[in-house]
Amino acid sequence: MVSFWDGYLWPGIVIVAQCVALIVPLLIAVAYLTLFERKVMAAMMLRRGPNVVGAFGLLQPFADGLKFLVKETVIPAGANKVVFLIAPMLTFVLAMIAWAVIPVSAGVVLSDINVGVLYLFAISSLGVYGIIMAGWASNSRYAFLGALRSSAQMVSYEVSMGFIIITVLLCVGSLNMSKIVEAQRDLWFAIPLFPMFVIFFISTLAETNRHPFDLPEAESELVAGYQIEYSAFAFALFMLGEYANMILMSAFTAILFLGGWLPPLDIAPFNWIPGFVWFAIKIVILLFVFIWVRATLPRYRYDQLMRIGWKFFLPLSLLWVVLTASAIVAFGWYPSKA
Amino acid sequence: MSTMLAEYLPILIFLGISIVMVTVMLGASYVIARQRPDSEKNAPYECGFEAFGDARRPFDVRFYLVAILFIIFDLEVAFLFPWAVSLGEVGLFGFWSMMVFLGVLTVGFIYEWKKGALEWD
Repeated sequence: MVSFWDGYLWPGIVIVAQCVALIVPLLIAVAYLTLFERKVMAAMMLRRGPNVVGAFGLLQPFADGLKFLVKETVIPAGANKVVFLIAPMLTFVLAMIAWAVIPVSAGVVLSDINVGVLYLFAISSLGVYGIIMAGWASNSRYAFLGALRSSAQMVSYEVSMGFIIITVLLCVGSLNMSKIVEAQRDLWFAIPLFPMFVIFFISTLAETNRHPFDLPEAESELVAGYQIEYSAFAFALFMLGEYANMILMSAFTAILFLGGWLPPLDIAPFNWIPGFVWFAIKIVILLFVFIWVRATLPRYRYDQLMRIGWKFFLPLSLLWVVLTASAIVAFGWYPSKA
Repeated sequence: MSTMLAEYLPILIFLGISIVMVTVMLGASYVIARQRPDSEKNAPYECGFEAFGDARRPFDVRFYLVAILFIIFDLEVAFLFPWAVSLGEVGLFGFWSMMVFLGVLTVGFIYEWKKGALEWD
């Protein structure tokens, strides 16, 4: 009985507690990201933004959530009902479980697997299934077109993202997320790999279907793309998934290029601040740029979107892989195996 | 072996918790809200018009082409992952083998480009 408690039950309780400790702040962050976006956009457009529900509109996300909860779930008559309902669930679950390998601070990670980058890359690739399933199952013309566009866009940008991740891995020599951060103790990869950092950030915009690459949702032509037939909490799950993905991609960028939880300078006033605060600051800055881009740029045309992905990002990132590898081999800058 | 698998246990539990959470949220919304479906409400949305038949129509072959190209390049990325991590061990021979492989793929990429497989107009 003792061995059962020590061997299975107690570790199980600890893991469940860790999962809850990850999910709850994440959901709150997603909720407040929607408010943050509306407030920042409002400030950029010289408006006030939501300010009625609670002080400064701070309770607005919860009011929105409650409203989603009490709306009718409309399932179109021509839809494949099971797939139609699985699609938003899949989108949200994938956006959640990718967080299992993100190190929030030194050693603070749910599962420190040694193929963390591969896991994250795989999970973010699976995100396309939620969209394809939604578009197909809705049996609506707009949803179908939106899903087609969206999946083509996501797979196109995933290729260049893959190459960019390779350039970082060449400098680290490990797939472990914590080791990638530790390798940046002296120099953040955003400095030597600056072009890759910029391309990676733009690719994450395309990967999360955000402005200026939000063609799948293009409200002026496709109305809302693959989300069009969704209502009530099924729609809310898509929204939550999209915003959770934004935070996830910002976290991934921060880990790959901006030194994760490390302070910008390892000297007195900076390294007093705990790691997760630095991590959060970096994520918030990246999210701010996401919203800034949305408020500033017009939407891309689809042929422009595919051209920049295949004819500019892909050759450039491939070239950079070759350059990085050549430099490492030529000058003997092999990463030290710690 | 068991310690390696034990690292994946939290992910499995996390997955389980997420699935339960999502199901509860979706189910709660279905139970709380009053459901009053009718045939007009459940018709597919087409800007107010009657839907013209089935929405699952033939689509542009270029989407298919993009999918094919994606498979080629994603496989390439998959090959690069282990190579990138072990560049220090594979040495010059490993480096040049990968360069030849990338060169072959680049020739293919140039061919696609010249053939117009990447055009969208």
